[in-house]
Amino acid sequence: MNTEPYIILSAILFTIGCVGVLTRRNAIVVFMCVELMLNASNLALVTFAKQHGNLDGQIAAFFVMVVAAAEVVVGLAIIMTIFRTRRSASVDDASLLKY
Amino acid sequence: MTSMTASLVTAASEVHVPVVAPTEADGVFSLLWLVIALPLASAAILLLGGRRTDSWGHWLGVAAPAASFVLSCVLLAALMGRDEGERQVGQHLYTWIDTGRFEVGMDLLYDPLSALFMLLITGVGGLIHLYSVGYMAHDARRRRFFGYLNLFVAAMLMLVMSANYLGLFLGWEGVGLASYLLISFWQHKPTAAAAGVKAFVMNRVGDLGMSLAIMLMFVSFGTTAFAGISEAAGNASEDRMTIIGLLLLLGACGKSAQVPLQAWLLDAMEGPTPVSALIHAATMVTAGVYLIVRSNFVFEYAPTAQTVVVIVGTVTLLWGAVIGCAKDDIKKALAGSTMSQIGYMHLAAGLGVVGYPFAIFHLLTHGFFKANMFLGAGSVMHAMNDDVDMRHYGALQKMVPVTFLTFAMGYLAIIGFPGFSGFWSKDKIIEAAWADNWVIGLCALLGAGITAFYMTRLMLLTFFTKKRWADDVHPHESPAVMTGPLVVLAALSVLGGVLLAGDWIVDWLTPVVGHAEHHELFVPPIVFSGIVVAVVAVGVAVAWLVFQVPDEIPREAPQDVSFATKAARADIYMDDINDTLVVQPTGALVKGLAVFDRTVVDGLVEGGSATTGGFANVFRRVQNGFVRSYALSVFGGALLVVLALLAVNFA
Repeated sequence: MNTEPYIILSAILFTIGCVGVLTRRNAIVVFMCVELMLNASNLALVTFAKQHGNLDGQIAAFFVMVVAAAEVVVGLAIIMTIFRTRRSASVDDASLLKY
Repeated sequence: MTSMTASLVTAASEVHVPVVAPTEADGVFSLLWLVIALPLASAAILLLGGRRTDSWGHWLGVAAPAASFVLSCVLLAALMGRDEGERQVGQHLYTWIDTGRFEVGMDLLYDPLSALFMLLITGVGGLIHLYSVGYMAHDARRRRFFGYLNLFVAAMLMLVMSANYLGLFLGWEGVGLASYLLISFWQHKPTAAAAGVKAFVMNRVGDLGMSLAIMLMFVSFGTTAFAGISEAAGNASEDRMTIIGLLLLLGACGKSAQVPLQAWLLDAMEGPTPVSALIHAATMVTAGVYLIVRSNFVFEYAPTAQTVVVIVGTVTLLWGAVIGCAKDDIKKALAGSTMSQIGYMHLAAGLGVVGYPFAIFHLLTHGFFKANMFLGAGSVMHAMNDDVDMRHYGALQKMVPVTFLTFAMGYLAIIGFPGFSGFWSKDKIIEAAWADNWVIGLCALLGAGITAFYMTRLMLLTFFTKKRWADDVHPHESPAVMTGPLVVLAALSVLGGVLLAGDWIVDWLTPVVGHAEHHELFVPPIVFSGIVVAVVAVGVAVAWLVFQVPDEIPREAPQDVSFATKAARADIYMDDINDTLVVQPTGALVKGLAVFDRTVVDGLVEGGSATTGGFANVFRRVQNGFVRSYALSVFGGALLVVLALLAVNFA
């Protein structure tokens, strides 16, 4: 089986996520982009598992999914709290902790 | 050079230098420690007891030296009862310092020399304590004054009774401390505070020499005890003994106000008058003479150091006499005189075995008549509302008759009026000095003439001439508690000469310093005494012609006077010399060091921290609070790691 398209897709998704994290201001979008990057790496892991013919990559992908789910819970809660206090979900506004 | 050194060594070895070998104290001698302990305990009670002791503290202060005096008399009687060879008693109290090779005991030595000193210190000291009860009656801090006086007496006794140099040094520093505390006793006066500091600092210079001498003696002989050093002194090289002798002389110069460390004594007159009498006339300032006589086993093997002692003494005796001629402050005139008389003692001590007994003899008689005159001056000041300027006195002999008569006894003693104590003691010194070297003898003779001049001036200005005091001054005689000691001291000033009867004092001190006769004089001694008396008479006559006959002494000191008078008024510019040679260069050095510290040392330390802070100021801007820029740096970092891994893999 030719795994190259999957890897390319994974790279494209990762790059989209990465650019999104670096350029978008809305916390929800940034969060979605982080998820995109996690899932791009999941795809890469699963693809390599298939390529090598063992389950190591798939196990790792499951771990990532579990951690990502937990992270979503915590992350969304934080975003909600910030939104409630500041009436904004812009990540640039929350910049008090600085020099 | 070799032959000269050899001849000096033989000259020294011809003289028999007694070895200090005390026998262990027993019987009444075991009370030796009490002589020091009584005033020390009294000082502790007075200084620690606080206000509770205010009402009776001064009487305790008088009782302690009086008890020590009684004890000293008992001990003297016991010592006189012994054979000449057994008149050295040692008492080991406890081991003071024990660090391996360096062991020093708290040892006391009681011999004819310390016996005389103990009597002088406790006897004259006790009288001065009694006088102080009256003199300080109106001072709120009288109890503290007596505490300091007792502390002084204890330290001075330690100085003369110790059997080793370290114990002597303990007393030496103790009297220095007491002197400082008492000079600046009226500490609210800035001049008194400054005078105390000046005395302390100048004494430190001398003490440096003293401590170096002790260290050198320990290195050379392995001990600081008189016994050990006197036994081994003959085997040490002459150069080493000379260095030790010169260092000891430096210590003596500081304590005894000898040139070049004499400048503090005149300022020390800022203290209360009993202090001037006790510390700066009768006892402490003579400690230098004691040190040299006690160290005879060092100086006998160091002829060069002895010569230096003679020179220092001669210079000081003229120096002090010249200063005494120009001072209008009665206490400063007496201080100049003290300096001069101690110069005589040093001169005698420098002459070696011939002079030691006469140095001590003059020290004792000087203790009597100078304490008498200082206390007399205090009594006059008491009568004149604490005015010290003799130009404001005049015609006081009817107003303060007892003070006048007792002062006159002291006056006749110091100028060397035939029969009075000073005549016997000073005459002997001049005689011995002339026999040794006629130049020195001439200087000493000249000094006697100047002494007669300035003492007559002091006497005339104070008690004779026209009345010059202001109308609101009402001179009155002092109370009996003050005149009583004056009468006793006056009697001693008159009769002190009996110590020389039958050469008693010379024989008495022979076990300590040995015995030698001086060379023949060019005339019989009786004629020589006549010459001395003639010179003294000339001095008195000159003063009489200058001050009493015209009897026109201005109340303010005239300013258009000769250079010599100006110089003498300014203590022969010694303060300026010290200032130029020592104080200013040291001050400049300290200022330079302070600048170096501020610029270079602080520059390095503070520059380092400032540089770190500057860098931090730049780099903290990275922490800008924007999550996205942190994410970018994480991305950049990850990219770097990946690129590095790839680079390694493809390489």
